Amino acid sequence: MTRTAHKYGMVVDTIACVGCSACTLACRSENEVPEGLSRRWVNQETRGSFPDLKMKIWSESCQHCENAPCVKNCPTGASFIDDFTGTVQVERDLCTGCKACMASCPYDARYIHPTGYVDKCTLCHHRITGGLETACETVCPTSAIVVGDLNDPGSEISQLLRKRKFEQRRTAAGTRPKFFLLV
Amino acid sequence: MGSSLPWENLETPLESQEAGLGQGSIIPTVCEMCFWKCGVHARVHDGKVVALTGNPDHPLSRGRLCPRGVGGIGSLYDPDRLSEPLIRVGERGSQEFRVATWEEALDRTAEGLRKVADQYGPESLALFYHGAGGSFFKTLFKGMGTANIAAPSYAQCRGPRDVGFELTFGEGAGSPEIADVPNARVMALIGTHLGENMHNTSVQDFSAALGKGMRLITVDPRYSVAAGKSKYWLPIKPGTDIALLLGWANVIIREGWYDAAYIEKNAVGFDKFRAEVAKYTPEAVYIETGIKPEQLIATARELAQAAPHSLVHPGRRVTWYGDDTQRCRAVALVNGLLGNWGQPGGFYMSSSIPLKQAENQPPVPEHQAASDRPAGSYPYAGSVLANGLREATLTGDPNELKAWMVYGTNLPMVLPDPRKTLAAIQKLDFMVAIDILPMEITGWADVVLPECTYLERHDDLIAPWYREPYVALRQPVVEPMGNSKPGWWMAKELGKRLGLEQHFPWETANDMIGDRLNASGFSAAQQANLYKKGVILKQADPMYLPAGAPLDLATPSGKIEFWSQQLADTGFDPVPVYRRPEQPGPGTFRLLTGRSPVHTFGRTANNSRLLDQYPENEVWLNRATAVDMGLRSGDRVMMKNQDGAETGPVKVKATERIRGDCVYMVHGFGHKDPRMRRAHNNGGDDNALTTRYKVDPIMGATGYSVNFVSLEKVEV
Repeated sequence: MTRTAHKYGMVVDTIACVGCSACTLACRSENEVPEGLSRRWVNQETRGSFPDLKMKIWSESCQHCENAPCVKNCPTGASFIDDFTGTVQVERDLCTGCKACMASCPYDARYIHPTGYVDKCTLCHHRITGGLETACETVCPTSAIVVGDLNDPGSEISQLLRKRKFEQRRTAAGTRPKFFLLV
Repeated sequence: MGSSLPWENLETPLESQEAGLGQGSIIPTVCEMCFWKCGVHARVHDGKVVALTGNPDHPLSRGRLCPRGVGGIGSLYDPDRLSEPLIRVGERGSQEFRVATWEEALDRTAEGLRKVADQYGPESLALFYHGAGGSFFKTLFKGMGTANIAAPSYAQCRGPRDVGFELTFGEGAGSPEIADVPNARVMALIGTHLGENMHNTSVQDFSAALGKGMRLITVDPRYSVAAGKSKYWLPIKPGTDIALLLGWANVIIREGWYDAAYIEKNAVGFDKFRAEVAKYTPEAVYIETGIKPEQLIATARELAQAAPHSLVHPGRRVTWYGDDTQRCRAVALVNGLLGNWGQPGGFYMSSSIPLKQAENQPPVPEHQAASDRPAGSYPYAGSVLANGLREATLTGDPNELKAWMVYGTNLPMVLPDPRKTLAAIQKLDFMVAIDILPMEITGWADVVLPECTYLERHDDLIAPWYREPYVALRQPVVEPMGNSKPGWWMAKELGKRLGLEQHFPWETANDMIGDRLNASGFSAAQQANLYKKGVILKQADPMYLPAGAPLDLATPSGKIEFWSQQLADTGFDPVPVYRRPEQPGPGTFRLLTGRSPVHTFGRTANNSRLLDQYPENEVWLNRATAVDMGLRSGDRVMMKNQDGAETGPVKVKATERIRGDCVYMVHGFGHKDPRMRRAHNNGGDDNALTTRYKVDPIMGATGYSVNFVSLEKVEV
């Protein structure tokens, strides 16, 4: 695993999130995601049977894995881990649209953009490198989304992960995701 | 019109490029994707809106925005928008129109209204409206001499809540609601589905309070998103909420979990109230509601132990069963027992910035008597009843209505029993509809005037009562599409034609706003800042009463009215009384409706960005019941009510998340006007199934959730 200058990740607070989709829509505007495709999505998971039910709601996207199968399986080097932010990115010019990354992603976070390359959440690379929040974090009415540098122990995300109980998605795949659900 | 947009004159529009971001200027304005009216920043590049985000300076958005607000671009660039004035050519309702010039359409409208006013008197005119632009047409109709001006947001939505609170505390629950959710330690929701009902600030506060450990009690036949975040979910039998609320009162009083000294000082009629609720024991309530006695007691204890920093939320759309004012009064009374009026975590005292009318604008005459109810009926109606105006049109009681203007409200999907709405329209001499999209109502009009969206127009200044008082500005961020025009311009043009020009004494919308700001005492610097920031803020008045201070309420007694003399004097129950509702027969279900966070009523059903997130409504059906009926999720059914009214096909959602005696669907789908290509025949129209409705005898609101439906599988 490469060491990167920063290690940006995302938490979603399942207690706060109401699953409204404002994040998905804000992402669409910010990143010009074509209608019908999506870099983010909302999950609602209900367990139990009437009337003893439990529900978990969260908004999800690319997990920006440290051990990213999409990067390992990309034959052209188009998918890579960005040295500066530690996020997973796609170099459009190198992408041939072969879909090896899509097949290997346990989170189903990628899609083929109509212009032919594979696209997904960039963690608003253009914004976070300018010191701004991601579009989804900024818009979220419930402040459920927090993005930050996991290398910085003083960042809000690091503090939340020390203070709160959290879960990660499909860790058995060995992906070392940088996406956390506060529960 | 067509003059340069005001923000182009600003010296330094906020440039997002400075931060190395997407291109374009950022212009502050106010959202109208729903009526909450959050402040938005529109990012405009090359004359196109490319992003909408929350205005950080605006108290209702605090930099954040709900999905509808973000997706407003989909409404702005909807290819199905009305773009030209239309005049009917075929029979009314045949949906045949020709394109007309504005000159001709406005002349025709003025003539249609004037003829009716001359022949039958101004009391034969009616205006139905929803949304900010309605203010200009209200001025027009008041100027013509009528009081028949109704917003369905009253009698079809929140009216009973406000009357229930007025009868108890002397004040309505406000919009935005005066519930101090951020500071609540315990909150109960009665059918209110915050999080699905997506009013930005109210959901911000809700989630923040949950984050601080607020314990939530959700009373709902359906396991809503809010129920999923609750310590207690009480899956109540629909129609029995009054029993539950009086049961809470019973337990709190019986156990002595209330502040007797507070009640002694601040309440009237408490002894009579105590006697009335004595019969609502947890065991008796269980039989009616299905809520187990231990759950009722535990939740009453939670509320009482956290008092006064606990509340029962007043809710918003409360028009369910026809006894809604009494249910809302029961909500108010439990809050009274909690002693939370004027207390943190209860109900706060709102403040506002008073705005004055422009000095060159004469006062608009106010007319007292509307034609919305026969003499003596619905004595506590606090606004004109939209359903009442329809009724008068049909019956001629108290007088015939002969011309309607319908602004921004799609009456066939808003008022219950759409058959009656269409029959009333056919009795009119003239009807004009003003809308953005070819909603069903426009198909029945004689003249259709296409309005531009909120992103293309000014409206009047916005200054609500809230925890932080403010004035906000709606200003256009792009030029109007096609030949659509803003409401203020239409009203002014009609005013000219009707001899009412003095009520619209400005040439441009900027003059209109500037004159009003000047009259209200705002300095040039404050006004410039309003254009730049979108909002003027003011320090709030005190939000809470000092602990122990006596209440000074606007009720007749000045106190909390646990027993209402005025209700007794007018022939109503002075304390709410539970009456067992009719139950659905075998194979039928009570139809309940609600909201998706991504849609506003039926107004967004053609918005491609929002449909992308919530493409069609589904009928929620208890899973075990579905199995018995041989239905599975994804099956399609026709829904038919007790009167044979039908809608569908609608997709089934078989789920554990609902009781077996009711079904649920999100309102606003199943549009029938083919000119809205995405909305047409997409999903089911719950309003088509409301041929039965119950009118609240106290204030005239229409209860919708009294229809029983059956489901029949459709092979597709």
